[in-house]
Amino acid sequence: MEGDQDQSRLLQNQLQQALGEGRALRIAGGDSKRFYGNRVDGEILSTRQHRGIIAYEPSELVLTARAGTPLRDIEAAVAASGQMLGFEPPHFGAGATLGGAVASGLSGPRRAYSGALRDFVLGAKVLNGRGEILQFGGQVMKNVAGYDIARLMAGSLGCLGVILEVSLKLLPRPEAEQTLCFALNSRAAAAKANRLLTQAVPLSGACYSDGQLFIRLSGAGETLARCAQTLGGDGGDSDIWAAVKEQTGDFFSASDLPLWRLSVPPATDPAALSAAAAAATLWDWGGALHWIKTRLAADEMRAIAATAGGHATLFRSAQAPGDGVFQPLLPGLKKIHGNLKQAMDPHRLLNPGRMYADF
Amino acid sequence: MSYKYDPQLDGEIRPVSRPVLLQSLTAVIPAAAILHSEEQLKPYECDGLSAYRVTPMLVVLPETVEQTGAVLKVCHRLKVPVVARGAGTGLSGGALPLQQGVLLVLSKLNEILHIDLENRTAVVQPGVRNLAISEAVAPHGLYYAPDPSSQIACSIGGNVAENAGGVHCLKYGLTVHNILKLNMLTIEGELLTIGSDAFDTPGFDLPALVTGSEGMLGIIVEITVKLLPRPQAAKVLMGVFDDVQKAGNAVGAIIAGGILPAGLEMMDNLAIRAAEDFIQAGYPREAEAILLCELDGIAEDVDSGVEKVGGILRDAGATETRIARDENQRKLFWAGRKSAFPAVGRLYPDYYCMDGTIPRRQLAAVLHAMGELSAQYQLPIANVFHAGDGNLHPLILFDANKPGELEKAEALGGKILQLCIEAGGTITGEHGVGREKINHMCLQFNTEEIRQFHAVKRAFDREQLLNPGKNIPTLARCAEFGAMHVHNGELPFPELERF
Repeated sequence: MEGDQDQSRLLQNQLQQALGEGRALRIAGGDSKRFYGNRVDGEILSTRQHRGIIAYEPSELVLTARAGTPLRDIEAAVAASGQMLGFEPPHFGAGATLGGAVASGLSGPRRAYSGALRDFVLGAKVLNGRGEILQFGGQVMKNVAGYDIARLMAGSLGCLGVILEVSLKLLPRPEAEQTLCFALNSRAAAAKANRLLTQAVPLSGACYSDGQLFIRLSGAGETLARCAQTLGGDGGDSDIWAAVKEQTGDFFSASDLPLWRLSVPPATDPAALSAAAAAATLWDWGGALHWIKTRLAADEMRAIAATAGGHATLFRSAQAPGDGVFQPLLPGLKKIHGNLKQAMDPHRLLNPGRMYADF
Repeated sequence: MSYKYDPQLDGEIRPVSRPVLLQSLTAVIPAAAILHSEEQLKPYECDGLSAYRVTPMLVVLPETVEQTGAVLKVCHRLKVPVVARGAGTGLSGGALPLQQGVLLVLSKLNEILHIDLENRTAVVQPGVRNLAISEAVAPHGLYYAPDPSSQIACSIGGNVAENAGGVHCLKYGLTVHNILKLNMLTIEGELLTIGSDAFDTPGFDLPALVTGSEGMLGIIVEITVKLLPRPQAAKVLMGVFDDVQKAGNAVGAIIAGGILPAGLEMMDNLAIRAAEDFIQAGYPREAEAILLCELDGIAEDVDSGVEKVGGILRDAGATETRIARDENQRKLFWAGRKSAFPAVGRLYPDYYCMDGTIPRRQLAAVLHAMGELSAQYQLPIANVFHAGDGNLHPLILFDANKPGELEKAEALGGKILQLCIEAGGTITGEHGVGREKINHMCLQFNTEEIRQFHAVKRAFDREQLLNPGKNIPTLARCAEFGAMHVHNGELPFPELERF
């Protein structure tokens, strides 16, 4: 494709120079997810021009591309061969890149049914904090040679290395999709979404907003028609999935209140969460992911999430809590995280503090 | 290679007095949990890779997590290396003991602690057998997806350590995709919880790093696994081919056709005949290759899928396609495949199982090259593959009683692994590196990458006490091994001193 180029040497040079001069780097692709995580100050290391699909063989169900490749180009390329990214990544902006998607590790509505971004990572080429270009994993479905550092990069927010290339497993695109809608209270909606999982229904989405449960079915046309008939409900607007994924719906735009993301076990009672936070929640992933807009203090939100067996992230806010946007780690884990940072980026060059202040 | 631990190539191990160790351990766990006599130690000298045998200094069989932690604290204090072992079914010597180390056997931690039907998870101890999980939750219509061939015997702790796969990986993933949370003891004896009951966890994805780490980073003492609802229907088709290449191409055609089979397996003629003689699965003895393709899901979708796959197989040149007519025949078709290893084992005194993985499109070419290697080394190779995910299990047949045959089989195995790397694949898809493929890691990874692995290891185990000599080779070992494979007269790792 036009504009495709390999800038790995250039990126390596810039990193080595920064290393020599002791300057921190802020890694950016399309910069569409800059709001996510803690604020990082540093010279920009842009992966944006390091782009292009390197290998895509539909019969392999594998795509390899450079980090700066626009996510929409990748989605279009695989759609043309009847395939898709099974984790339905949010873009949060027109310029979203593959590298940013992997580094943020975020997945969309399909996550509860097809798997998370990290589940689809097969291999990665990484520039570590010593300026070395390293390759882990590969382009095959199964690979247990060495530690799975490629998968470790998913969701690491650039704190362990600069992602240069990623190989992802793809899924066949379903023949058809259908959205159904049910007017239910939140608790009944969650129970229904959970129950559907054990029935012979090709579920690919279940979210709840403003008194309505939305169910997405994916599969063969005839099966969908039959399931829709059995399940009842009303025909729903399929735009809901993009709106939930990209946070463009009313729930997200109605106010400037801080937006919290609560990741909890799927059978958590949504009404209890809502009551504890004294706010309406929009939930996704069949009840395992809750979005809550509230001014409650970070400690309170974290306690609510922890009580439910999960964790809370301050996803979007003008101001971050003193201890950062992510739920603090217990001391033992914190030590391991610090050690891993030391192992991959000993000079704390890459996105320092983006995930936690100490690294 | 010699599989024995070599301090020069694997790192020095500080000698420790056995009586001192025994005394220290007796202070923290019941004497009955420590095995130390020759006849007690003997059964633990090897895992599923029985060609490699070392008698451990001591075997410890803790019955609780607390005891396990106490053992680790003692070993850490005395700087004694620790090798973890579950059911001992591993095929790469990952649980091969150390003469100067403790073998920590987790088989007594074998309870299913909790089944959560609402969240569809089970909390289990590492010694629980893989199949026992599915059996325990079967009354609720649930199962645990990864199903390595050894699932009757292998335990879940070992599955996590090796990131075990099975015949259903393409659709349902490996162990790493099917676990949520791990409780792990560090070498210092500290208990860490990584992952959570939610779908994600703050911080780095430590479950991804620990799964498949072969007991090098910590000791897994509790696992929360995901449970899946049993699919409504499952059907299996057999495609019969008079040419291996055609079968290989059919695999790619099925995937490209938008089908995601629950299982897609291939066997070549030698494996077909062996399985047929062993278990009478109804395989055509004259076929050059068969493909077994299982589809599962909603009944109607399975039916339409079976029809579609049948068409693809015929278009790819299948001389015959058969659909298992009922559940019994479906099980029989699979029984042949699942018993292929022991079936082949009856043909020759010994077999050596390889585990390379390649991009599917290379299947035909790699098979052909393997055939040439087989002729060159004059050792037959039977081929059984997880074709859907390109994971090869060539079985090299030999007779260890004939002088030099084991070495010849190992050399041939090494060539096959090299072939897999050259084809864009990997030396191990699911069996792990262990001790067996430690040298071949040097072929797949360069100096910087191996250094990075060691740095990650030190993040968990600074003094390198967990399973030393496995999984990641030292650079000294790579230099030594590399010296046997000089290219263009240049020695790899020129910066290293030679021994």
